[in-house]
Amino acid sequence: MANTIIEGRNITRHFGAIHAVDGVDLDIQTGELFGLIGHNGAGKSTLFKMMLGLLPLTGGEIRVQGESVSGNNFRNVRRKIGYLPENLALYDNLTGLETLHFFARLKGADVQPCAAKLERVGLADAANRRVREYSKGMRQRLGFAQALLGEPKLLFLDEPTNGLDPEAIREFFAILRDLQAQGVTMILTSHILADIQERVDRLAIMKNGKIQSCGSVQALRETVNLPLIMEIGGTVTADQVAQMLDGLPVVSIETRLGRLWVKLPREAKMQALARLMTIGNGMQDLHVREPSLEDVFFGLSE
Amino acid sequence: MIELAQIGTIAGKEFRDRIRNRWVLAVAVVFAAFALVIAYFGAAQQGAVGFRSIEITIASLVSLVIYLIPLIALILGFDAIVGERERGSLDLLLTMPITRLELILGKYLGLSAALALSTVAGFGLAGIAMANQLDLYALLNYSGFILSSVLLGMTFLSLAVMISVFATDRAGASGLAIALWFFFVLVFDLLLLGALVATGGHYGGAIFPYLLLLNPADVFRVLNIFNLDDVRTLYGMATVFPEELANPWLLGGIMLLWIATPLSIALWRFKR
Repeated sequence: MANTIIEGRNITRHFGAIHAVDGVDLDIQTGELFGLIGHNGAGKSTLFKMMLGLLPLTGGEIRVQGESVSGNNFRNVRRKIGYLPENLALYDNLTGLETLHFFARLKGADVQPCAAKLERVGLADAANRRVREYSKGMRQRLGFAQALLGEPKLLFLDEPTNGLDPEAIREFFAILRDLQAQGVTMILTSHILADIQERVDRLAIMKNGKIQSCGSVQALRETVNLPLIMEIGGTVTADQVAQMLDGLPVVSIETRLGRLWVKLPREAKMQALARLMTIGNGMQDLHVREPSLEDVFFGLSE
Repeated sequence: MIELAQIGTIAGKEFRDRIRNRWVLAVAVVFAAFALVIAYFGAAQQGAVGFRSIEITIASLVSLVIYLIPLIALILGFDAIVGERERGSLDLLLTMPITRLELILGKYLGLSAALALSTVAGFGLAGIAMANQLDLYALLNYSGFILSSVLLGMTFLSLAVMISVFATDRAGASGLAIALWFFFVLVFDLLLLGALVATGGHYGGAIFPYLLLLNPADVFRVLNIFNLDDVRTLYGMATVFPEELANPWLLGGIMLLWIATPLSIALWRFKR
């Protein structure tokens, strides 16, 4: 596809007997905000490092903007890549502004806009303070400003909301929306799934070095088809409910915190509701829970 | 293709870091103080105090510097790469449009500049303090001593950068650095001497001087001692040392080889 910015075929990385990334195919479209989630050790960081050309591939191929990550021309692609590492480490003895100047020079970018970048991430007041005195959140903001140097076309953000307070997280995603409007492609990982859920265009779930599933959040929900939960409050007993739902594909009925939890597939939702409505006084409350992204995530990665 | 701007950016940062944390100043002061103390009190054991001759001063300085500079260079460079790796800043550096060769050269040249500046400033200041005692010939010899001291530092800095690529953590790197210092500065000569004595001096006498070239510290010693006519007979080495090796250009070239080789090995390892 002409719009593909990252093209990965059969991406494989073995560390001895461990298959950290095992035959992954991944295409990322220009301008997309793409989320990558998975447990620790699922292979996310290894995949990230290979896409950045930090780690050689055991097998397969990755092309970024048409250039192989292992090729000699990849240096030129790097000028337009921004990266915010997961465990960000900067130089304590430099000030915020000096840090940006250093990385801007390495990127071959103008040092002039560095001050503006600091302002954009809310560090204008701390520009001339040493990074040693920065809080974790301030370091993370500085790291983000660093990733924005040289007007990148492609941003890799590994756990970008690490150490940010909710206010800062909102500001962070506001910047991402601006960038997306400018056509910047972004790939991010996060443990805070709720952040990703509402913000990414597509999502890939990794497990044991493989991409388990990939698509929009809605598409993933439908693929997994996790049972939904009907939570019933009242005097009705589990046996009575079981009897009423007889013939429907009920997964389980259990009592939790004094309420009945009925698990059943989405298709049976309306039929089950209709039958439960006939309980009358035995039921004071009914709550239908859709599977959340966490459920989808754990459902896929279990 | 090598981009000089990238090397310059890395080197500039390393150099400025050492200026700002006063490393350069501290080492320069140590060098200047040692040089002056040796020049004026070096003969105190013989009951005399005061400046004697530049030859004797240099000879004493050489035996001091041969311990001190390798140690300082190894301490300066042992964490050049492994330090970034352990801190976690190496990955970010390597996603920049910079090659590993440029990174290693930048680190090496920046640290070399810091070490060279402290050496030249420290011994240079001491030289200025002694200037009224020195004639042109002595001044030349003393400048040669400073230059070779810079080269000595650069050879051990190159070894240090090599260690910093091979080591998996800083603790391991510091252990390796101390082991290298021990080997080249203390053990190597003892081994050679032991081998010479054990064979009764019958074998190895001819290759002995060539074996000295396998140790940059010995090359430094030979380079300085053999330029001082007064001292070379004093050390009793004149007879065993072949004339064709006592050429300062050749010895300087060997020092350069001692700089290039460990750096090349470091690059080879770093690229894997």
